[in-house]
Amino acid sequence: MMANVSLNIRPEFKQIAEQIKEGSRVLDLGCGDGSLLAYLQQTRKVSGYGVDRDDDNISACLDNGVHVIQSNLESGLSMFESDSFDYVILSHTIQAMKDVEGILKEMSRVGKECIVSFPNFGFWDNRRQLILGRMPVSDLIPYQWYDTPNIHFCTVKDFHRLCTQLGFHVQDVRPLHNGERVPFLANLLASLAIFRFTK
Amino acid sequence: MSQSIENDSVGIVVPQVAHFDEPLALTSGNTLANYDLVYETYGKLNSDASNAILICHALSGHQHVAGKHHADDKQVGWWDNMIGPGKPIDTNRFFVVGLNNLGGCHGSTGPSSINPETGLPYGSRFPVVTVKDWVDSQARLSDRLGITQWAAVVGGSLGGMQALMWSMSFPERIRHAVVIASAPKLSAQNIAFNDVARQAILTDPDFHNGDYYQHGVVPTRGLRLARMLGHITYLSDDGMGEKFGRLLRNEKFKYSFDVEFEIESYLRYQGDKFAGYFDANTYLLMTKALDYFDPARRFGEGNLSRALARAKASFFVAAFDSDWRFAPDRSREIVKALVDNRLPVTYADIESAHGHDAFLMKDPQYFAVMRRYMDRIYREVA
Repeated sequence: MMANVSLNIRPEFKQIAEQIKEGSRVLDLGCGDGSLLAYLQQTRKVSGYGVDRDDDNISACLDNGVHVIQSNLESGLSMFESDSFDYVILSHTIQAMKDVEGILKEMSRVGKECIVSFPNFGFWDNRRQLILGRMPVSDLIPYQWYDTPNIHFCTVKDFHRLCTQLGFHVQDVRPLHNGERVPFLANLLASLAIFRFTK
Repeated sequence: MSQSIENDSVGIVVPQVAHFDEPLALTSGNTLANYDLVYETYGKLNSDASNAILICHALSGHQHVAGKHHADDKQVGWWDNMIGPGKPIDTNRFFVVGLNNLGGCHGSTGPSSINPETGLPYGSRFPVVTVKDWVDSQARLSDRLGITQWAAVVGGSLGGMQALMWSMSFPERIRHAVVIASAPKLSAQNIAFNDVARQAILTDPDFHNGDYYQHGVVPTRGLRLARMLGHITYLSDDGMGEKFGRLLRNEKFKYSFDVEFEIESYLRYQGDKFAGYFDANTYLLMTKALDYFDPARRFGEGNLSRALARAKASFFVAAFDSDWRFAPDRSREIVKALVDNRLPVTYADIESAHGHDAFLMKDPQYFAVMRRYMDRIYREVA
């Protein structure tokens, strides 16, 4: 297949792939152009589906050789039976969701394990920009405040707290910057975090 | 080839007839002792016969899916925008087969064909046929053409139901099922619309219990009404509003029952046109086939997921948001059943103002995803 020609491999894909057992079944929510799923298919031999609502992304997923279901995540995951996937992934999407709690609960229903990655609003450079009186704009948060799909930013600390509140068991937290793990002061030094949790 | 044929057309095509003498046992318990299937082909079958695509027609369709029958033909095949050189279903790559289903009125054996037992048109004696029967007859045509496995079986609406049935009836003989604007079974509302259409035909004084051929008449009025009703349900309110609104043919109301609104004129025209070339008995049969379609009942004790457990194909399912007769929720039922069985499926939920008829329109997103899915198939079989 001419699959990986246009794959848009982000640094954290490797960190996600490391946590996924070979041959498992994966549901990738807000899968975008399908790059992550295509990468997992190649590196971890996974099967499964992407879900996205954007027309161009459906076309891109078809090019990238992944199976994609066009659907709005806000309307839930009723198409998927409970515990029907080994992993449900929500990568770089949660900040754009209206009903954050709703989607996290649905993920934990459908998946045996859940993986969520998000830009850490507590990252020092975001804080710096706020101190200077501006809304943060960066590689991971590339939008201006008035023209952004992002409505629910959080920090590493915040997300941890929400997981606890929802009764999830956090199995792994990977604070990252430029794809590398941040060894200390995660909430300050990580521009991105990956959480893996179970219900 | 004539100058009037564009480069992306399959050009001039000649329908072919396959005659079968092996009796076909039908779902209804009846048997067709022998029958003809009329079909057309476009493109070339490759050496290992792996690039064949079957196009299944919908309610009023036939074998002529692309190209023209002669140079001055004003009418191109009903899916000519989708099928041809360089089009989403690319005839430079694929060997495409279109056929007219049993019960049809475009050459395949149907109610208007001569019944060899009586020397008269079948009329009321033509048995009820189902989607399963069609698929069985299509499998025999596949044998005849030397196609052991279709790269894809493709269809919209009732055609999508055939693609779905193929995946369950002959799991080994279909690589991909492309199911567009379809449903796993009709809703009560859908059956109700079909029955109103049928009643229009059945109660036409010229119907003669289906044997109108011998009386030298056709139940034009009933067929016209049936088509007008159908046509309304295949469009969306918005689409119709956009095209016609409350436009009047003349400036003032006439306070009569003549044609006054443009939509009335359009529907009457469509109804008349249809009644002029389509057979009323075929319309009855095709709507009944729609009503009876319920693979969950046949293969899964009422459960679609169980029924699809036998399928081995990959699927592409597409629905249009303004299609209220075969709404996206119905396609999602199919997708869910496929996901339950861990089958490969891609689902496209396409925005369109054209209602159910959108599957015949050249919508950019629809064509983009179709093209890409067909590309994917080609990469597998090339």
